[in-house]
Amino acid sequence: MEIIKPGTKIPFTRYRYIAIFLSTAVNVAVIVLLLVKGPILGVDFAGGTVLQLKFQQKVTIPELRAALSGLGMENNVVQDFGQEGSNEFLIRLDKTSVQLSDLGERVRKGLGQKFGADKFEIRRNESVGPKVGEDLRRQGIWSVVAATVMMGVYIWVRFGASFGSRFGLHFGLGAVIALIHDVLVTIGALMLAHYEFDLTIVAALLTIVGFSVNDTVIVCDRIRENMRKIRRESLESIINLSINETLSRTIITTGTAILVLLGLFVLGGGVIRPFAFALLIGFFSGVYSTIFIASPVILLWEKGKKS
Amino acid sequence: MQRGVLIRLTIFLVLTFAALLYLTPTFVSALPSWWGEYFPTDRIHLGLDLQGGSHLVLEVKVDKAVENTLERIKGELNTLLKEKGVVPSAVERVQGSRIELKVPSASGDNVRSLLRSEFPNLVVVSTRSGQGTMDFVLGFQEKELRSLKDTAVDQSLETIRNRIDQFGVSEPIIQRQGDQNILVQLPGIQDPERAKEIIGKTALLEFKLLDETHNVEEALRNGPPPGTQILYGYASKGDGGVGKEQVPYLVEARTLMTGEYISDARVRPSSRLEGPYVELILSSSGARLFERITAENVKRRLAIILDNRVYSAPVIQERIGGGRASITGSFEIREARDLSIVLRAGALPAPVEIVEERTVGPSLGRDSITQGVTSFIVGGSLVILFMAAYYKGAGLLADAALLFNILFLLAVLAGFKAVLTLPGIAGIVLTMGMAVDANVLINERIREELRAGRPPRSAVEAGYERALPAILDSNITTFLSGVILFQFGTGPVKGFAVTLCVGILTTIITAVYLTRVYYDYRMAARKLTRISV
Repeated sequence: MEIIKPGTKIPFTRYRYIAIFLSTAVNVAVIVLLLVKGPILGVDFAGGTVLQLKFQQKVTIPELRAALSGLGMENNVVQDFGQEGSNEFLIRLDKTSVQLSDLGERVRKGLGQKFGADKFEIRRNESVGPKVGEDLRRQGIWSVVAATVMMGVYIWVRFGASFGSRFGLHFGLGAVIALIHDVLVTIGALMLAHYEFDLTIVAALLTIVGFSVNDTVIVCDRIRENMRKIRRESLESIINLSINETLSRTIITTGTAILVLLGLFVLGGGVIRPFAFALLIGFFSGVYSTIFIASPVILLWEKGKKS
Repeated sequence: MQRGVLIRLTIFLVLTFAALLYLTPTFVSALPSWWGEYFPTDRIHLGLDLQGGSHLVLEVKVDKAVENTLERIKGELNTLLKEKGVVPSAVERVQGSRIELKVPSASGDNVRSLLRSEFPNLVVVSTRSGQGTMDFVLGFQEKELRSLKDTAVDQSLETIRNRIDQFGVSEPIIQRQGDQNILVQLPGIQDPERAKEIIGKTALLEFKLLDETHNVEEALRNGPPPGTQILYGYASKGDGGVGKEQVPYLVEARTLMTGEYISDARVRPSSRLEGPYVELILSSSGARLFERITAENVKRRLAIILDNRVYSAPVIQERIGGGRASITGSFEIREARDLSIVLRAGALPAPVEIVEERTVGPSLGRDSITQGVTSFIVGGSLVILFMAAYYKGAGLLADAALLFNILFLLAVLAGFKAVLTLPGIAGIVLTMGMAVDANVLINERIREELRAGRPPRSAVEAGYERALPAILDSNITTFLSGVILFQFGTGPVKGFAVTLCVGILTTIITAVYLTRVYYDYRMAARKLTRISV
């Protein structure tokens, strides 16, 4: 079976200006969205408390909200969680509502009086103090930045060693720009889908950085190989040839990863779903950015050098 | 057959056998008794999010420990100065960690030498002479301050460890985190609220005399008279704390004795007259002190105060010898037991605050395992079917490598006592999706070489050789970001980093070398005339 027929020659680099325009527009939009609206921060980063409750009887969200407000927790957000009709809820409480340490107990008692003490179960309680949240937020941002820079340096050194440091640097920069693009696209998609940002999202972003750079490495590897083999062709056609030759690998590898991610997204449960969603978007974006961002950046750089 | 191939085959058989051995305890529940003598018995450890339990981060209020020490020094200073005949006009704690001392100018030199000989860890920050007085501002040296805080955290950790040991939790994790935090993990705990109560209690026990010369109501209105303070107790105890009535007590500020003299604390069962109570057994010096206190204050009321809450204030009927005291206070038996635990383990040198808590109930953990395993099976099957359909023979080979990959991955987790979390399971699922990348790279290369007209044998050789750098590159980059994630992450996320990184190592072993052994074996047997890819 073959998805991409051998000898396929799609002139990807021809679309580079459209791609660069489109991607820049999307990235700028995400940055604006980040600055203006800001991401929805989960308790990991914002501080506060999340409780996951499961009731035996049917309980509606307004009932639950009213009950919590009666306990002095007016700043609450109640969401359905789990499957339809499972009477499972996620309750988000503001950090300022009550002190962390006895919050679980207060909810247990207060709701117990209203709904019956043995009629529900607190299945999960995650509370993060504001200071811890701030630390985690800072570390989270740094780890994504560090990983991105590290990938750039790795490629620079890796290709610079055998290829001249100037070329290595261009490959590295191309890869970093593609990675920034992937991370931004993923962040934008998460914001549009109203997912909260928490530690698992940072894990997803780091995985995207590590995985998405693979495609770039593979293509760069092929560009390097073809540049040795074919001397007469222009850089543009060598880049095109290389992207085409590695295209079926790119699609299949990302495809199998997406197969398992779909499994996780559908069957993995509420904690894993946002994580799987982020990876799905990031991996798709990774394929696009390798083809339309990383390679053209290398090309533009080389052309700029010559003129 | 070539020797090289034979050796590599043997290595793989040994590895597989070892992996199976390491995984046996995880999947076989009833192991024969002789197993443990020869073979590994560690199961794959489940994280708190899968087996249920509590993850707590406590911040030790170290500044409070410094203040407490200064208070004590202040007291000692006062006594010593009086012994030397110096009457200080003021000894105050100022700015949190400083002591201001005002003495008559005449005794300035005297005080200076006293400070030097008796309080070597204090430094004179500044001095100022006023009208007939000399002011000293005293503080700790920076090094001293740091070691004071450090000790407070270490002591808190020890105390908390003692409490948890007595509470009875299997395989708890208690360790320092950063400068002033303590990480506590309690797997499989049934009643997290109670555990938090026991861990977080400062448990500072104090004996103070009740001030009966002044009126409590008046003190409430006009503020307590000098040398006294108002503390509260609870009149009756409702069900665990809701709607309890507070009763004010006027007590002398001076502490006669603290809980440090306790050598043991036991719950005494309820009798017909009263509920269960906690009996304290004092150390020998504590017993002497207690005897003196009671002898000096017969007919007065002695308040027993825990963490600034008055538990009871009985009248001292007579001198009490023998070193036994009791705390009554209409306890439930459970409350009395918890109290005895914290009293036995000792007080925390400073209050602690819970700054992070993650508790998962056991039923949610079970659900998460089910969901994780289901997505593992479904995702894995999809990949296996796809590979077989797309690459036929070579796809089946990749599938076999994938199964070995998972086997080795799990064995490494069991062997290295790594913790498997829900994101960790997601990491294994993701590994299956990404591991085949190596085989895809190899197979695509082999196809290219075959199209270029090479015979199968050299196509396979060139395929492996040329794909290898790309495979290594792409795995190294993912591994690097996994390492960063491991550095950054906490708990469950760390579990993801672990499975991701281990998965990459096992992928290189299985997807590259294991499949290569198969081809080499066929080449050695001179059967590689046609290949299915």
